[in-house]
Amino acid sequence: MAQPPRDEKPHVFDNPRNVKRMIWLLLICCVVLFGLDAVIHRHAYHPWEHLFGFYAVYGFVACVLLVLIAKQMRKVLMRGEDHYDG
Amino acid sequence: MTASLAPFAIFLFGAGVVALTRGWLQKAVMLLIPVVGMLNVLGLEHGSFHQLSLFGNTLTLTEVDRLSLLFGYLFHIAAFLGVLFALNVKQTGHQVAAVLYAGSALGAVFAGDMITLFVFWELLAISSVFLILARGGERSFQAAMRYLIIQILSGVVLLAGILVWVANGGTLDVQEIGLDGTAGWLILIALGVKACFPLLHNWATDAYPEATPAGTVFLSAFTTKTAVYVLARAYPGTEILIYVGAAMAMFPIFYAVIENDLRRVLVYSMINQIGFMVVGIGIGTELAINGAVSHAFNDVIFKGLLFMTMGAVLFRTGKINGSELGGLYKSMPWTTGFCIVGASSISAFPLFSGFVSKSMVMAAALDGGYENVWLALLFASAGVFHHAGIKIPFFAFFAHDSGIRVKEAPFNMLLAMGLAAFLCIFNGSFPGLLYSLLPFPVDYVPYTADHVLLQMQLLFFSALAFTLLKLYGVYPPELPGINIDAEWSYRWLGKRLVRAGRRIAGRQTRAVNGAMGTAVQGTLALVASSHDERGAMARTWSTGNMAMVAMILLGLCLAVYLF
Repeated sequence: MAQPPRDEKPHVFDNPRNVKRMIWLLLICCVVLFGLDAVIHRHAYHPWEHLFGFYAVYGFVACVLLVLIAKQMRKVLMRGEDHYDG
Repeated sequence: MTASLAPFAIFLFGAGVVALTRGWLQKAVMLLIPVVGMLNVLGLEHGSFHQLSLFGNTLTLTEVDRLSLLFGYLFHIAAFLGVLFALNVKQTGHQVAAVLYAGSALGAVFAGDMITLFVFWELLAISSVFLILARGGERSFQAAMRYLIIQILSGVVLLAGILVWVANGGTLDVQEIGLDGTAGWLILIALGVKACFPLLHNWATDAYPEATPAGTVFLSAFTTKTAVYVLARAYPGTEILIYVGAAMAMFPIFYAVIENDLRRVLVYSMINQIGFMVVGIGIGTELAINGAVSHAFNDVIFKGLLFMTMGAVLFRTGKINGSELGGLYKSMPWTTGFCIVGASSISAFPLFSGFVSKSMVMAAALDGGYENVWLALLFASAGVFHHAGIKIPFFAFFAHDSGIRVKEAPFNMLLAMGLAAFLCIFNGSFPGLLYSLLPFPVDYVPYTADHVLLQMQLLFFSALAFTLLKLYGVYPPELPGINIDAEWSYRWLGKRLVRAGRRIAGRQTRAVNGAMGTAVQGTLALVASSHDERGAMARTWSTGNMAMVAMILLGLCLAVYLF
């Protein structure tokens, strides 16, 4: 792997504290957005849309499922890069 | 009106000029072609123009209505952005192919009859294959050949469909065709190949990542969107498309999560986005068609932008696998920023272009009572943010520092990316102009408090899921390797079947040859035994014996005659 030049000044995410800050910012945004469901009325067209925090939960669950299923798929589908060369 | 030219003609002529010029003059001509083309299209009025007669059929080279104009504008914008991005390419052949390819797409979109459509359909294939070949190397060559075979096949099926259609009394106009009868199915399959329907999609994931950095930008814009355009004309409201589209939106996101080649991830997400368009066409209401074509419009620009950023990364680092990249925000900050704009647009963040078009398809699905399809599309929306919105920028520009230090992308590339990023934000923030160009009047309002909120909730909690999965080590790492897909049937199984067939045929041929050889030799030996110098037939007989034999034969004849 290539090595970065030694005299390079540190970049924003080289500092782990900045990464932590980003994650906290994301968490705060999530909490606020979740709470806003109590304030903003939704015009529901689908019965599930009445559920509190439906979109938040659906987005979260969808992504976790997506990753878990994809990981299992990898076990079945993944081959070496030269699979088609033989 | 006679002052206007057929839109493709400008590109065809321009390609000739590009072939004959070099250096800055060539660059200037390339930039000028889409500009002149756009001015020409802006002057077009609705109606049929540039008609010519061939074997008693009237061919219409330019058929102008709201739908063809929308795609006409779009393809000129895409051609300009692509040309600007490709300006530092030195191969003249690459540039000529790119201009011809854009022209073919325009020819197909403005085609008023199916013969003209067919001709440009095939030209799309033939011109674009050079953008893959121009990469050089055995891998690209092989991928290009597979691409060409499948694309030409699509054209052959289209031609068969057109012939059956006409034989059954249909007219040649590009019109609503529907699925009653063989012709409808044949034409749908031909369109389905180019639009990447599930199981017919693998040519794109195979060939696009093997093209040149700029080539993929062109490829992502024209072929599939031309197919979407023809689908919108020929099959609006065809219910099966709703389910085909939902499958297209769903299955690629799983592949995208585990794919390592970041341009291939983008091809999977391109299929996912076309899925939304196909659902919209299948629903077929005014809202749904508006959603489908406006999403095609936005997708060409934001997907083009994403392919440009990955093209710039490939151009500078020579690498495109997620497992080999990371930390590039340090040396390519502008490219990083543009990539984030593209990622936000495809993820449909409020104020970015995907937000104002994808939601129309979603709303139309609920209006039409397709609740399960709506749930699938919602899942796909979260998924697309996950792989295209987060994965692409994260693994290329952030993640762990790969130690790669390169120069920022060349100025022409940055300019192209900047323009595309501007259009993404402009269309997302001020959708009025795009809405005014749509085929049907728009009474859809994307920016309501609840719509913005629900979209933000969906996306932020998807991001939260990614962050937590990554922090706790659940997220699958980027690994070198390939994931088998439908192409396995012809690139692995088919290859082995053909080989086995050849082996068996070889064995049979040898057996047959052997048997034939024995038989021939036996016959020859028999003939030789009777005809060689000692054989009965080769013996010299005396005249008396000959006369005797003749008399006996004559006597036999007499006897037969008498009785």
